Amino acid sequence: MSELIKLNPPLTDEDVSSLAAGDKVLVSGTIYTGRDAAHKRIVDALAAGQEPPFPLEGAMIFYVGPSPAPPGRVIGAAGPTTSYRMDAYAPTLIKQGLKAMIGKGKRNTEVKKAMMEHKAVYLAAIGGAGALMARCIKEAEVIAYPELGPEAVRRLVVEDMPLFVVNDVHGGDLYEQGRLTYARS
Amino acid sequence: MASPRTVEVSAVADAVARLCGEANLYLPEDVRQAFTRAQTDEPSAVGREVLGRLLENADIAAAEKMPICQDCGLAVIFVDVGQDVHLVGGDLTEAVNDGVRRGYEENYLRKSSCHPFTRANTGDNTPAIVHTRIVPGDKVHLWVVPKGGGSENMSKVFLLTPAVGLAGVKKAVMETVEAAGPNPCPPIILGVAVGGTFDTAAMRAKRTLLRELDSVNPDPEAAELEQVLLEDVNTLGIGPAGLGGATTCLKVFVDIAPCHIASLPVAVNIQCHAARHKEAVL
Repeated sequence: MSELIKLNPPLTDEDVSSLAAGDKVLVSGTIYTGRDAAHKRIVDALAAGQEPPFPLEGAMIFYVGPSPAPPGRVIGAAGPTTSYRMDAYAPTLIKQGLKAMIGKGKRNTEVKKAMMEHKAVYLAAIGGAGALMARCIKEAEVIAYPELGPEAVRRLVVEDMPLFVVNDVHGGDLYEQGRLTYARS
Repeated sequence: MASPRTVEVSAVADAVARLCGEANLYLPEDVRQAFTRAQTDEPSAVGREVLGRLLENADIAAAEKMPICQDCGLAVIFVDVGQDVHLVGGDLTEAVNDGVRRGYEENYLRKSSCHPFTRANTGDNTPAIVHTRIVPGDKVHLWVVPKGGGSENMSKVFLLTPAVGLAGVKKAVMETVEAAGPNPCPPIILGVAVGGTFDTAAMRAKRTLLRELDSVNPDPEAAELEQVLLEDVNTLGIGPAGLGGATTCLKVFVDIAPCHIASLPVAVNIQCHAARHKEAVL
C-alpha cells in the first residue's frame, strides 16, 4: 500500500500509468458527474456527431446522484453509485479520452480492457459515505440535462477527495487482490 | 366489549415524516456499535480505515443534518395495527404517503421513486412501499426503513428443490453474497427467509431487517443458522467496501417457516452498511 498520491484533473496518460491497484489517492480540481441516464445521452450525442457536455480529454467522471443541497450548502450527500450500470457506455467515453471513473463495485471485462488499451483508471469511493464525500465538494453546478434531477451532469470542484485505485492500466484489480488476500476456505 | 382506541391517521403521517428524516440522518446506535466492534477484529488495514471513515461519515451526517448516504432510498414502511385500534380521519396508506412526501422534502432527502419504463421521477418519493399487518393490542407500531438501490439490486429469491436441504440453502446464500461482491456497500447485513411461499419469503426476509443487530433469535434453529451463515460469509474475504477483509457481513437474520411439501423457497435481502431503521409506537 502506497502513501497518498495527489491527482489533479485533467489527467494525462503518464498520470494514470503511474497508478497501481491498491494506491490511495486524493483528488483536487474539476471533475464531472453522470449516471446511466446521462451516459446514454452523452453516448447518443457522440454518435450523432455532437459535442459532449464537457471535454472528455483527460476528464474524471464521478458516478453520483447527490441528495438535494440543504440551505447554505453547495450539494447534499454525494457518495458513489454502483458502477456496473455505466459499463455499457464507459468504453465509448474511454476511447474519447476519459481518464478516470469514480464509483463503487465491479466493472465488466470490456471496461477493464478499454482501460488497459486506452490508459484509464477506475477509482473507488467508499459506498454510502455520502456526508463525508460532500465535505470535499467545494462547488457544484448543473451543466447538462437538468431535467434528470439528481442524475443531471454537474461540474464539481473538489478538494482532497479520498479514493482507492481499483483497476489500473496494467490489469491490476484491487477487488480481486483484496479478496484473495483475506479469503479463508 | 371495550370500545376500540381511536388513532388519527394524521398522527401516522406526522410520525412517518419525522422518522423519514431521522432514519436518513442518524445512523442507528446498534449499527454504530457493530462498526466499532468490527474495527477491533478486522485484520485488513484498509478495512479498518473504511470502517473508521463510515463512523466519521455518520458523525458528519448527524452534526450537519446531511443524509448518511445520498441514496435516501425508497421509503419502506411497516405498519403493525393493533386490532383494537380504530383509524380515523382518512386513508391510512395516503397518510403514510403524506408523511413520506413531507419527510423527504423537509429534510432535503433524495427522491428516487420513478416509473419503471420512462424512468420519470414521481417527484416526491411516493408511493411508499407499505406493509401492513393486523396484530393484537391497541397500538400502531411504525417502522421506517429506507432502502437504497445498490443493495436491493443484489438481493435474490430462490425456489429450490426440497432435496437440496440445508446445504442448498447455505449455497444459495453464499452465491448471492459472492456475486454481489463490493456492489451492495459491505459490510452488509443479510435478511434470510426460508420456507413459506415465493411472496412471503421476500417479505419476511425484509422484515428481519427491523431487528436490532445485537438481538438473539428466539428460534434456536434460526439462531444457529444465523451464526453458521455469518461465519461462512465472512470467509469470502470481500471485506469493508469490498476492498478485502474479514468483515463482509455484520449480522445474518434468519426466519424459518413451514412450506409446501414440493417447495423450498429462500429469499436473501441484502442490506448495505447504512442499515437505516427507525420506529415509533402510537
